[in-house]
Amino acid sequence: MDVRSQIAMVFHLDKCIGCHTCSIACKNIWTDRRGAEYMWWNNVETKPGCGYPTRWEDQQSYRGGWEVADGNLRLKSTSKARIVANIFHHPSLPTLDDYYEPWTYDYQELFNAPEGPDQPTAKPISMVTGKYIDIEAGPNWDDDLGGSPVYAENDPNLAGLTEEQRAQLSAVERLVFFYFPRICNHCLNPSCVAACPSGALYKRGEDGIVLLDQNRCRGWRACVPACPYKKTYYNWSTGKSEKCILCFPRLETGQAPACFHSCVGRIRYLGVLLYDAARIHEVALSSDEELVDAHRSLILDPHDPAVIEAARRNGIHESVLESAQKSPVYRFVKIWKIALPPHIEYRTLPMLFYVPPMSPVMGQQTGGVVEHVSGDLFHDIDASRVPMKFLANLFGAGHEGKVRYALRKQKAVRWYRRALTVGDVEMGVAERMLREADCSSEEAEAIYRLTSLCTFDDRFVIPPMHREEAIEMLEDPLEHKQGVGFGFLQGPRRGL
Amino acid sequence: MPSAGNYLDVALFSVLPYVALFTFLLVTIERYRGQAFTYSSLSSQFLENQQHFYGLVPFHYGILTVLTGHVVAFFLPAGLLWWNDHPARLYVLEAAGLIFGLLTLVGLLAIATRRLNVPRIREVTSVTDWIVLGLLLMQVASGVYVALVYPWGSSWFAAIVAPYLWSLLELAPNLGAIAPLPLAVKLHITNAYLLILFFPFTRLVHVLVVPNPYLWRRPQVVRWYRRAPSPARHG
Repeated sequence: MDVRSQIAMVFHLDKCIGCHTCSIACKNIWTDRRGAEYMWWNNVETKPGCGYPTRWEDQQSYRGGWEVADGNLRLKSTSKARIVANIFHHPSLPTLDDYYEPWTYDYQELFNAPEGPDQPTAKPISMVTGKYIDIEAGPNWDDDLGGSPVYAENDPNLAGLTEEQRAQLSAVERLVFFYFPRICNHCLNPSCVAACPSGALYKRGEDGIVLLDQNRCRGWRACVPACPYKKTYYNWSTGKSEKCILCFPRLETGQAPACFHSCVGRIRYLGVLLYDAARIHEVALSSDEELVDAHRSLILDPHDPAVIEAARRNGIHESVLESAQKSPVYRFVKIWKIALPPHIEYRTLPMLFYVPPMSPVMGQQTGGVVEHVSGDLFHDIDASRVPMKFLANLFGAGHEGKVRYALRKQKAVRWYRRALTVGDVEMGVAERMLREADCSSEEAEAIYRLTSLCTFDDRFVIPPMHREEAIEMLEDPLEHKQGVGFGFLQGPRRGL
Repeated sequence: MPSAGNYLDVALFSVLPYVALFTFLLVTIERYRGQAFTYSSLSSQFLENQQHFYGLVPFHYGILTVLTGHVVAFFLPAGLLWWNDHPARLYVLEAAGLIFGLLTLVGLLAIATRRLNVPRIREVTSVTDWIVLGLLLMQVASGVYVALVYPWGSSWFAAIVAPYLWSLLELAPNLGAIAPLPLAVKLHITNAYLLILFFPFTRLVHVLVVPNPYLWRRPQVVRWYRRAPSPARHG
C-alpha cells in the first residue's frame, strides 16, 4: 500500500443553476491574457450539447485518454514510437476553430459612425488578428439548448439511445437539459502527463494537483490531444501549454479555488482523499463494467488504522489525515456512493466526481402530471425524460447500474425529508424507499444536511499544505536578497 | 601579395566560423540558463492546420535527412568514398540527397507562403522569423543548386570540404582546397556559418531541446515538495 493524498472534488449537478459565475471568476484571475483569451479552464456546458471544444467527447477524432491493447494501457493519441511522426504535425490537435475565435468589440464605432438610417453597432473584432470578424462560435454557443437541432443532437453521449428516447429528449415544449460544469479533473492516471515529450507536466506528490512547468514546456502540443476532457490548452502567443492549477496559491493559503468560492448554487465540494498509488495501473486496466467500482476501491478509509499507519510512513502530515477524515468528498464518493466520475472509460481516473442530476429526471410524466406514487416507487426514474442511458454514458461508462443507484438514493432522501417536513408522504412509504435505495435514515439525514444546509466549512475542508516544510524553502534566502522573489523571475515573454 | 579575394576568403572561411561557433555556444547556454521560458517550438499548428501539414512535414523530414548526410560525410569521409566506389551506389546516394533536398525546399516554400498569406499566422510572425526563413531558403536553394550543377558532391565533400572542416576544428584553418571552389558552394558554406551565428537568437533553439528523456522515462511524473523522490516509489 502506497498511500498518497489528493485534493478531490464533488460537483452536485442537481444544484447547478448554470450561471457561469465560476467561469468568470476563473477567467478574471487566470486567463485574461493574450493567447489565453479562448481558454476556459472552468466552463459550464449544457447537456445534451456539443460542449467546448465542440464535441470534445468524440474520442474517434480527438484521440484523448487511454485504451487497453493486448492487456496494456496505451495512449490513444501518441506513443514513444509515434513521437517523431507526431512532433512536427500532431494529427489530432484541435485548432482554434474547434474552440472559437475570441473577440472584443469596436466600441468607437458607436460614437464615430456617420449618421445613417440604422443604429450604429459595435462591430466584433478578432482578438487574434485585430480584424473585423463574423462571430461563428463562442464558448457557450449552445447554452440552454441554443441551436439545439445542430448542437444538442450531436452530443456524443446520445450514442446507444433509441430513436424514441432521442425524440423524447427534444420534444417540443418538453425539452430537457441540465448543466455540466467542468474543470481539470486532476486525474490519478493523467494522460496529459504521460504524453508530454518534455516531462513538463507533473502531479504534485503532496496534494495530487496536476501542473504544467512553463519553463520546461517546449510547445510540442502532445498534452492537448492526449487529455480526453480537453482541459490542457495551447497558448498560441507564448508557445506554451497551460491548464487549470486548482488555484494552488489560494489552496496553500487556506482559501477555496476561485470557481469553488464563487459558486452561487453551492454545488462544489472539496476535500482530501487518501488513495493507494500502488494499484493505479491495475485499476486503470479494469473492464468497463468494473471501472467505477475499481476506481472507488482505490480510495482508502481514512479511519482505518492500517491506512493511517501507511499514510504516516509515507510522510502524510497528521493535519492532512485529519482533513481526510472530515472530507465531504469521501462521504459523497465512498460512503454514500452517489458521486460518480465523468467518463471513467477514458481511464485517466479523474478526481472530480459528479452527483447526477435529479431535477429533469423527476419532471417527466404523461399529460404534464408527475407520477409520484406507483407500485414500483422508482418507476419515474427509469422512465424519465433524460434517458438513463444518456446519464450512464456520461457517468457510468455506458452502464446504468451506478447511475440508477445514485438517483434512487437521492430520490429516497427527498421523499424521506418530505415525509418529515411536509407530511404528504407516509413515513412507511419513505422508509421502504430508503431501504430499497440502500440508505439508512441517519445516512439520509447526513446526505440532506451536506446537500442542503452545508456551510462554507462543510463544503471546503482544505488541509494545511505545509509549504513551510517544502524543500525549496531550504534555499538560502540571502542568495535571493534584493531579487524580485523566489521562482519564476521573468515575465512570460514569447521567444524569438 | 594576397589579393582582395583572398582576404575575403580568410574572413569568411577562417574567421567567420569561429565567430559563429563561439556566439552559438555562449548565447545558447546563457539563454537556456537565464530565459528557459523562451525555449519553445513556437508551434502555430493551433492557428492553422492544413497548410501546416504540407509545409512542416516535408521540411522537417527533408532537412533532417540532408543534415544527417552532411554529418556522416564530416565524420566518415573515408567510408563515404568507399561507398561511392561503385557508380550504382553513388547514383543512389546522389539521387536520394537531391530528392530530400527538393523536399526540404518545397516544404520551406510552403512554410513561407503560409506565413505570408494566413492572417492568424502573420500575428505570430516576428522579424527574426523572416531572417530565419530567408537564411534557410538561401541555404537550401544553394544546396539544391550545387547538387544539380556540381554533381557527385557526396564524393567531393568527403575529399575537399571535410578536411577543411576538420582543419577548423584543429584550430589550423587550411583554405587551400576551399579557395578554388565555385561561388555557389562558397555561398552555401558562408550561409551555413550565418545560420549558426543567428541560431541562438531565433526560434531555431527548439532543435536543442528535442525531447530525448521521453523515450526512457516512466509515463507518470510526480514531483515532491517535501521529500526527495526515491526510485522505490510508484509513479
